[in-house]
Amino acid sequence: MPEQQRTLGAAEVEQLVEREYAYGFVTDIETERVPPGLSEDVIRLISEKKEEPQWLLDWRLKAYELWQGMTEPDWAKVSYPKINYDEISYYAAPKSAVKDGPQSLDDIDPELRRTYEKLGIPLVEQQRLAGIAVDAVFDSVSVATTFKEKLAELGVIFCSFSEAVKEHPELVRKYLGTVVPHTDNFFASLNSAVFSDGSFVYVPKGVRCPMELSTYFRINASETGQFERTLIIADEGSYVSYLEGCTAPMRDENQLHAAVVELVALEDARIKYSTVQNWYPGDKNGVGGIYNFVTKRGKCAGARSHISWTQVETGSAITWKYPSCILLGDDSIGEFYSVALTANRQQADTGTKMIHIGKNTKSTIISKGISAGHGQNTYRGQVKILPGAWNARNFSQCDSLLIGPDSGAHTVPYIDVANPEAQLEHEASTSRIGEDQLFYCRQRGIDPEEAVSLIVNGFARDVLSELPMEFAVEAQKLLGVSLEGAVG
Amino acid sequence: MTPLLEICGLHVEVEGREILRGLDLEIPLGETHAVMGPNGSGKSTLAHVIAGREGYEITGGIIRYQGEDIAEMEPEERARKGVFLAFQYPVEIPGVNNTYFLKAAVNEIRKHRDQPELDAVDFLSLMKERVKLLDFDVDLIKRPVNEGFSGGEKKRNEILQMTVLEPTLGVLDETDSGLDIDALRIVAEGVNRMRSPERSFLVITHYQRLLDHIVPDRVHVLQDGRIVESGGRDLAHRLEAEGYTRPAAVPA
Repeated sequence: MPEQQRTLGAAEVEQLVEREYAYGFVTDIETERVPPGLSEDVIRLISEKKEEPQWLLDWRLKAYELWQGMTEPDWAKVSYPKINYDEISYYAAPKSAVKDGPQSLDDIDPELRRTYEKLGIPLVEQQRLAGIAVDAVFDSVSVATTFKEKLAELGVIFCSFSEAVKEHPELVRKYLGTVVPHTDNFFASLNSAVFSDGSFVYVPKGVRCPMELSTYFRINASETGQFERTLIIADEGSYVSYLEGCTAPMRDENQLHAAVVELVALEDARIKYSTVQNWYPGDKNGVGGIYNFVTKRGKCAGARSHISWTQVETGSAITWKYPSCILLGDDSIGEFYSVALTANRQQADTGTKMIHIGKNTKSTIISKGISAGHGQNTYRGQVKILPGAWNARNFSQCDSLLIGPDSGAHTVPYIDVANPEAQLEHEASTSRIGEDQLFYCRQRGIDPEEAVSLIVNGFARDVLSELPMEFAVEAQKLLGVSLEGAVG
Repeated sequence: MTPLLEICGLHVEVEGREILRGLDLEIPLGETHAVMGPNGSGKSTLAHVIAGREGYEITGGIIRYQGEDIAEMEPEERARKGVFLAFQYPVEIPGVNNTYFLKAAVNEIRKHRDQPELDAVDFLSLMKERVKLLDFDVDLIKRPVNEGFSGGEKKRNEILQMTVLEPTLGVLDETDSGLDIDALRIVAEGVNRMRSPERSFLVITHYQRLLDHIVPDRVHVLQDGRIVESGGRDLAHRLEAEGYTRPAAVPA
């Protein structure tokens, strides 16, 4: 006789998922800020501050004009009060960093250095961190980039976006907007108009980038949005692994983060892009937190090119993001590995689009959604096979794990096939952390919090194993911490 | 000397239904006792209430372990004090490596006993040694906990965990169900090797065949939530021959 199974009750779950956000502090630093509100003047001001060429200003203004006629998308399964775009400040920067843009590592404001140290990202080129180069973005500007010289020896360009506009305008102009055009969608157009900084990467032909490149985004100023733009170009036969991390202070207000990331992989190039997203998620009643509306897309432009997206999404009040691949080159490969965790009142609507255009293109989608408390988690993904995509293949797997009776998981796959040879597989499952699993762990001496973390990490294993090692460990801890809480 | 486990007049309800109705049981340290009974007599409830599972409400009586009342004690605390339950239906934990899981458990227990934690190398050699003794497929220790294991492999994994965790009280809840005769023998040998004056076992079973291999010091018959008869190992054979339906021969 199988013993009766009991699922966890609301009160038990609340205790298990009660979380403390470790990065919620505010850096006390003098900030230069543009007054709230959006207008052509504000855009001209941002462009002027960055000493941009006319073509870029024109591009911003075109995007702005378009954006004014656009409406905010409402098809995602997220609900939030209307955003007032006139209450947001579109540019904020520490005064000490404004003067000369990113400085040499020795000249960084000690307060900023301390901030990054507290976040576990020391801005030094020490031995221990020899394998990782960091670009640190604080509010609207990049404040430091490590290992730039060392990378330059190989011809790898890794710098802030603003610097790239000045130092490598031909590359920026050639690729900016080629994957996510300024017309793309409401949030991407807004970003195109007001983006302030971000990272730029170019890996030359045949070069295998010897270290992990990473950008650490920090929102600090209140009542501001962060609109960064990242552009990564992997030239023929090159390889790069890139990681981004993000945190923000705890505040009662909601702050908007609307980023755009564009990846271009030329023939035989490979880009591995990993995200550990830990923006402030709001408190347990859903007050505060970041609205994360992000457009990320990669173009496998050349034959046999390969782009993988791996994301661990644990933060933000609302997550709206669909890192996608345009598989244009023949034999190109797109991959999407995702863990999204929503606890308390968090909402995530995330997934991917795989657009098969070239012949023999392959895509893999592995999505793991974890919902606890009143968290709502939606996987939304599209697999599109165009008529010329002979012998295209896709494998999709979407698993959901529910913790407690009030959480929700939703799966919305769109499949659009216009070639008779295409092969698609789709697997999906939904399970609950049962009282039986929890009791089994506890009977072996393991704490309930530790047990939940163990079970969640096991569930997410297939995705975590795609992360670079250092970050896999961090992500594993993060999934544990996000669910940590006192059990009475 | 105080018995290791002492249960007096225990009443337990599950979802408002009374399952145990005044159960008495004492297991002295170093002894192996068997509890036999028909389906629905409360055998699994007894196992779970000793391990401290939620949802099993004690409405009367006393349950002491090492002289301490454990009725309100959390399951993980009991485990750290040496209570081990070999589950009738071992639970699958997808994606969690079997070795990793057991190492977490061992170190959790060692931490609470002020013993140094084992590092990965020491732990792996301990695992390998125990695995060999149980004729357990080494590949299984690298796989996720119980995921895709056959019924017999799951039961053997329970015994493997027990030999690694070295409890003071091992409760075996119908460990023999679903085992073929070879697996049964291996499991029984694993248990027998662990028997010592410092350790007790409670073997819960429906059939006496397990008791041919794990020979108990005492046998108790559980019926309708109560121990209705106790005796030596011969009692098991008599039950096998005569069945549980025979009214218990208790003098008035």
